[in-house]
Amino acid sequence: MPAVSKGDGMRGLAVFISDIRNCKSKEAEIKRINKELANIRSKFKGDKALDGYSKKKYVCKLLFIFLLGHDIDFGHMEAVNLLSSNKYTEKQIGYLFISVLVNSNSELIRLINNAIKNDLASRNPTFMCLALHCIANVGSREMAEAFAGEIPRILVAGDTMDSVKQSAALCLLRLYKTSPDLVLMGEWTSRVVHLLNDQHMGVVTAAISLITCLSQKNPDEFKTCVSLAVSRLSRIVSSASTDLQDYTYYFVPAPWLSCKLLRLLQCYPPPEDGAVKGRLVECLETILNKAQEPPKSKKVQHSNAKNAILFEAISLIIHYDSEPNLLVRACNQLGQFLQHRETNLRYLALESMCTLASSEFSHEAVKTHIETVINALKTERDVSVRQRAADLLYAMCDRSNAKQIVAEMLSYLETADYSIREEMVLKVAILAEKYAVDYSWYVDTILNLIRIAGDYVSEEVWYRVIQIVINRDDVQGYAAKTVFEALQAPACHENMVKVGGYILGEFGNLIAGDPRSSPLVQFNLLHSKFHLCSVPTRALLLSAYIKFINLFPETKATIQEVLRCDSQIRNSDVELQQRAVEYLKLSSIASTDVLATVLEEMPPFPERESSILAKLKKKKGPGAVSVSDLDEGKRDGGGELNGAGERGPESSVVSTPSPSADLLGLRSAPPVGSAAQGAGSLLVDVFSEAGPLAPASGVNDDGFLSSEDSAPPLPESDDPPCGPVPFQSFRFVCKNNGVLFENQLLQIGIKSEYRQNLGRMYLFYGNKTSVQFVNFTSTVSCPGDLQSHILCTPTKPVDPLVEGGAQLQQVLNIECLSDFSDAPLLNIRFRYGGALQNLTLKLPLTINKFFQPTEMGSQDFFQRWKQLSLPQQEAQKIFKANHSMDKEVLKAKLLGLGMALLENVDPNPENFVCAGVVQTKAQQVGCLLRLEPNIQAQMYRLTLRSSKDTVSKRLCDLLAEQF
Amino acid sequence: MRFMLLFSRQGKLRLQKWYTAAAERDRKKMVRELMQVVLARKPKMCSFLEWRDLKIVYKRYASLYFCCAVEEQDNELVTLEVIHRFVELLDKYFGSVCELDIIFNFEKAYFILDEFLMGGEIQDTSKKSVLKAIEQADLLQEVAMIQSVVLSLGQ
Repeated sequence: MPAVSKGDGMRGLAVFISDIRNCKSKEAEIKRINKELANIRSKFKGDKALDGYSKKKYVCKLLFIFLLGHDIDFGHMEAVNLLSSNKYTEKQIGYLFISVLVNSNSELIRLINNAIKNDLASRNPTFMCLALHCIANVGSREMAEAFAGEIPRILVAGDTMDSVKQSAALCLLRLYKTSPDLVLMGEWTSRVVHLLNDQHMGVVTAAISLITCLSQKNPDEFKTCVSLAVSRLSRIVSSASTDLQDYTYYFVPAPWLSCKLLRLLQCYPPPEDGAVKGRLVECLETILNKAQEPPKSKKVQHSNAKNAILFEAISLIIHYDSEPNLLVRACNQLGQFLQHRETNLRYLALESMCTLASSEFSHEAVKTHIETVINALKTERDVSVRQRAADLLYAMCDRSNAKQIVAEMLSYLETADYSIREEMVLKVAILAEKYAVDYSWYVDTILNLIRIAGDYVSEEVWYRVIQIVINRDDVQGYAAKTVFEALQAPACHENMVKVGGYILGEFGNLIAGDPRSSPLVQFNLLHSKFHLCSVPTRALLLSAYIKFINLFPETKATIQEVLRCDSQIRNSDVELQQRAVEYLKLSSIASTDVLATVLEEMPPFPERESSILAKLKKKKGPGAVSVSDLDEGKRDGGGELNGAGERGPESSVVSTPSPSADLLGLRSAPPVGSAAQGAGSLLVDVFSEAGPLAPASGVNDDGFLSSEDSAPPLPESDDPPCGPVPFQSFRFVCKNNGVLFENQLLQIGIKSEYRQNLGRMYLFYGNKTSVQFVNFTSTVSCPGDLQSHILCTPTKPVDPLVEGGAQLQQVLNIECLSDFSDAPLLNIRFRYGGALQNLTLKLPLTINKFFQPTEMGSQDFFQRWKQLSLPQQEAQKIFKANHSMDKEVLKAKLLGLGMALLENVDPNPENFVCAGVVQTKAQQVGCLLRLEPNIQAQMYRLTLRSSKDTVSKRLCDLLAEQF
Repeated sequence: MRFMLLFSRQGKLRLQKWYTAAAERDRKKMVRELMQVVLARKPKMCSFLEWRDLKIVYKRYASLYFCCAVEEQDNELVTLEVIHRFVELLDKYFGSVCELDIIFNFEKAYFILDEFLMGGEIQDTSKKSVLKAIEQADLLQEVAMIQSVVLSLGQ
């Protein structure tokens, strides 16, 4: 039992907590808890009305049980009852329970809001504060709706107590963060800004958090806060350590408020008013001066508080980036901290210096600390500090120190923590490329990188070295020699084999003169690695081999022998098998000239932003990449994923989903490529030109990214869209490809193909952000009895992780069992920055997709038309034209529908008639269509006849929206 | 601030305060993960670390870890002192606070935290103001108790 039991000891509660603590095992604890839960439940259900104290005690016990990690599914009502108690502690426990265990039960929210409303109106400051706390704790939209109008009034009212003002300010902030649209400051703006002048420091401290947040969103409306903030800061900075009484913390006057004032100023550019600016610069100088004064106390709290202000002041100086004198002083101060005995200060100094390194005024000053930083990278015992040191080295790197820094980073990589290796690899690769004076150094560096940390070398890194080697003929011979040597190692990383295979395939001839690296030696060396490699690498090696046949005719027989053996030509992997077969055939039938043309050396890659840089930006967010890097990235808009764009008509990479898989043009043998389109087309990027997917009936696949087709941008909102998004069914009736959905986070592209009653739909999920989506799932469901009509099954579940900027593909196999009207639902869930996104869309799957066109003559048509003359077999609509009535446009749409468009059948040449058969597993449904436009009236009459009433009706509904 | 956690050396959660909405399941997962990360760190290591997209600031007092998750742009040192001020407040209220006080009077610990921080921002940094608010509450409750005693005597 505790020695202290302040206020009211709830004895029962203390006994219960003791019991739990005395439990010897988890089982015993659960048993004790279940007993208690049963007890509480019976008390709550019992006939005897409980008094307030008992209710409070039991609610408190429930809270305790919840905090132990158990689920609580009752007691909410009793807690709500406590809210309206006039005993403070009962009310307080009620509010605590509600705050911790919010339940979105709408009935309860209404009751809670009622209780809050009463307390806010009570004029009792203690009750008002409790109510405000509850709103801030729950912060739900319902509460924002109920109170967002009231709270600003409380905040600025003249007769509101200070403590209530403080609570109101922060409560409003919370509501603004969750529902900014509901918090309208308008008329209150200037009175809120003037809270910065309030006499009560507590009010200023609370209000400034609100003002900072509002200023970030509406800088113009709040800009008067700048001069007020400067004068407040100036008063604090110049005050003696005892002036502010209780707001002095370990001899530092108002550290929290000072930091917040400095942070608020970072929402704005330097003050334009000379006097204000002078006063601010004075403050900043005073803060820097104080850092040099001897400490007033030995306590760590004193130095922390003092340095917190200092770091915030340095952030402001860096933000302004206009006062060279202050920037250099800041840098020197941080330099001192780099060797401070406090780990925390070393960490922060490294972090803060990173941003200083990107300012032209202080870049040189930062560079003088290079030895200290390298030392930190080697000797710091804490990985987070080493990480900061690596970041700083990266930020301070330029041409003058690149070799030293890259060498240090490489040697650090040998022992680096696994958690930071990938990022280190990217950084080394970027620096090596950016500051390479001679490219042999660059090639050495990257090969070293693969040797030391091969597992962490991503595709972008080895793609890039190849791009650079291809683009610079001065380094090709050296590269060939170096990879050849590197491949001699008995165990070399697969990435090394990839680079080696590619480079020798292109430039092996440059070292073939040396008998030690004769063509056959080169080939044997590569082939000795073949069997240890994964499928994509083997595929790459096969391409290298065919290139060898062109480069060195003398290796032809040996290589053909290899290609011909069963393990290649009958390989169970289709990609490998296909390559072996095609390359073998190509090498046997093509003349030397053809071979030389097909297998010509790769042309240079167009220069674009380094793909590695893009990757690092994605990984760390743009802030982590220094300013100069960003400028270089801007040249081409920065968004490009790969350094060289897709090239070559080939696109049949199976196991590398990254769009940059194509960039090497490795598989660039055009005749082979086009022969392989069947497989290749599966991977045509959704955003490329319409691929070879169009079914024979001629689906409208002209530029689905053209403006009229692209999905309308959704209203700006960070909230996840809820409920099924109406899929604008009409958009995909006459076409199979396009953008199904798009918001700020996600784009869903779609391609589909149908044959008879079967279909296949390719969904492409593109992550538009730079942050990865986690727990990504997509499920297809057929509501109601739809699944007895249509089967729609994903071939496999999607990968749960979608990296920033990456695209994920999912394939759905579709089978139409019988005719249907509704469409299957696609549900997508993922987490983006912690928030769950949930999205339901209707798949654009309509009955007309299973049309088989039927050609017939005029006589046939009208004979069948007459046969289908039962009233239920016909569906007809007369409607106003919504789109262009141009003949060609109408033709294209009707063709897209999938029926045969019959010419010279209708006696009126303005009319259109079509025929087709809907293929379902159960039956075939013949359909005839007649569309009669009336240009003068801008009207249509659409008539559908089919052997099945539901089909006629559904088609008529679908089509009526198309014209 | 996104959340504050108090947990023991043995990995028992003693207090949790969340300032942004999240599903209970995710919270539990985050707590588990974060406790693992922090408990694995050695005494001399720095008090800050990057975790997911957040900055973690933590400090150990006796057997208890106080751990705050703050945003990218928040000031680490000042957060460290937020923790310290909270410890001071607990100490002043309970009189040389220990882990047991927080276990047995968890509701008081919540009240004190609520008086100090609201929605993840500092409401008041003055020790006096915060404690005054808490003591006032205790006083209200004693008055209520006396009243009920008087009433029962009167019957």
